[in-house]
Amino acid sequence: MILSRLTARPIPLITGLLIALALPWAIYPPVALDIACWALFAAAVDLLLGHTGLLPFGHAAFWGGSAYVTGLIALHAGLPFPVAVLGGAATAALLAVPIGYLSARLRGIYFAMVTLAFAQVVYFAVNQWRGLTGGENGLQGIPRHFFGLDLSDPFFFYYAGLPLVLAGLFAAWRITRSPFGRVLTAVRDNPARAQALGYPVARYKLLAFVLSAGLSGLAGGLFAIGHGFASLDDVYWTTSGQVVMMVVLGGIGTLWGGTLGAALIVELNDYLATAGFQEIGLVTGTIFVIIVLVFRRGLWGTVHDLLPTPAPHRTPRRPASEGA
Amino acid sequence: MLQQAFNGLVGGAFYALLALGLSVIFGMLRVVNFAHGSFYMLGAFGAYVLLDSLGLNFWVALVTVPLLLGAAGMLVERVFVRRLTRLDPLYGFLFTFGLALILQDAVKHRYGVQSQPYPRPSALSGSLDLGLFDYPAYQVFVLAVSLLTCAATWLILTRTRVGTIVRAATERPELTRALGIDVGRWVAPVFGFGVALAGLAGVLAAPMRAVNPLMGADLIITVFAVVVIGGLGSIFGSVTAGFAIGLITALGDLYVPALSQTLVFVVMAAVLLWRPAGLFGREEAAL
Repeated sequence: MILSRLTARPIPLITGLLIALALPWAIYPPVALDIACWALFAAAVDLLLGHTGLLPFGHAAFWGGSAYVTGLIALHAGLPFPVAVLGGAATAALLAVPIGYLSARLRGIYFAMVTLAFAQVVYFAVNQWRGLTGGENGLQGIPRHFFGLDLSDPFFFYYAGLPLVLAGLFAAWRITRSPFGRVLTAVRDNPARAQALGYPVARYKLLAFVLSAGLSGLAGGLFAIGHGFASLDDVYWTTSGQVVMMVVLGGIGTLWGGTLGAALIVELNDYLATAGFQEIGLVTGTIFVIIVLVFRRGLWGTVHDLLPTPAPHRTPRRPASEGA
Repeated sequence: MLQQAFNGLVGGAFYALLALGLSVIFGMLRVVNFAHGSFYMLGAFGAYVLLDSLGLNFWVALVTVPLLLGAAGMLVERVFVRRLTRLDPLYGFLFTFGLALILQDAVKHRYGVQSQPYPRPSALSGSLDLGLFDYPAYQVFVLAVSLLTCAATWLILTRTRVGTIVRAATERPELTRALGIDVGRWVAPVFGFGVALAGLAGVLAAPMRAVNPLMGADLIITVFAVVVIGGLGSIFGSVTAGFAIGLITALGDLYVPALSQTLVFVVMAAVLLWRPAGLFGREEAAL
């Protein structure tokens, strides 16, 4: 069943896989890994923003929280890096339970503000707990154990980490296509009706939140291993904002659009940093403002509209009130 | 202890001014202005620039900077935000987030991240005898200005014709329009007014807090928590919650210093459990 669906549209799938495999040949390998991590992070956020109709503005808590936990596991337990990353992802999902429980009672803009506020608590906690997290210095020298294999070359590490990212992306894709994902769409489009049909809306939102946090944690943990350190930036609200920016840039509700957005923003950041330009927010902020003002369907959505044959089972995009 | 409580009220004065601006804007436009912290920062920088390059003192800044920022806010509303108000409110939030990044990094680009000095106005450099303890006159002044501004805003909203229109448009925009009132005319002034309040808070902050591009970035998130506690869109709730959170934070600083920054968010979580729409909010927030 799953396989038949996958093979129903083989060309985009194979193209995507080939691009993912060829990426470290085309660009600087550490940047390729950054793109992969942010792509998964963006897909995780789109699960909420595009498919559940919730704008999470505090996902840095899960990405960064997992980065620290992953780093601590790798540093102190000496376990293979995928185990450390999974440990980080599990912690992120666990952390999402209380945060999600409190935030999922709200909707729209309130949800965004409250998740942002809770993420700030995580930021303060990481900042205060210096003995464990290193405070402003961050967690440094995170090793990449993998059964004695030498993964210090970022080129090889990209291929070691890619399966985790692909598994995460596959999970996100499966969730949106599952009966569970269909209910989430109903919750997005008409929460009152979904509730009336007997679906416990709050519980569905909570589960979506936890799954999204877990996938964000997967991405953040791998990111920390890839860089060899976890820093306060990972848990700061600019990170939460950046991932939302990637999703909006790629196209809300398109799932793969976030990958595109991630690639563009990471490349842009890398380019500006190499050029010695410090105030990246000037550029990314401008792009973001333009996208929100005139280009709301995002890159993927716009391209998709230009293609002659629309996909058979594409769900309507989220801003139902647009132009109303 | 009592002195610390007073410190808390002074801190609360800033929260209240910022939360009030956010709430007024949200009530009319349904937009949560993420750039509010950046306008606060611009207020402080405005005062600094007036003094540094034009030699204009604090009192001039206190009047002109909020007016200028208010005008800039009206322009931003007319040119940009207006295009988004009919869409999902999330787009307004995202737009102002982008705007906040631009404003913050533009100032950073020009002035760097180090803090700029700003002297206290000489008339307020001493301290006042408050009976139980001596207190810096400037802090008393900040508290007074904030209280007066909040009271004035309250009076404008409840006692004038403009205020009545704004309140009506906040509660029932369609109905107000149907009564022949041009609601659209008042949107930009309300946005500008909210921005001007942020600017005023910024000017007041310049002599007592570090003037740097990042000064609004963390503050805005605390203010978000404040308006969530008070009830977004509720003027009374925002101001009350602002002062209350200032007090709680200051007293928390005294007893549990490690937790003082997170205390406001703990209060927010508790309020959410009990009343998802905030203490004085309407139920629209909750599911």
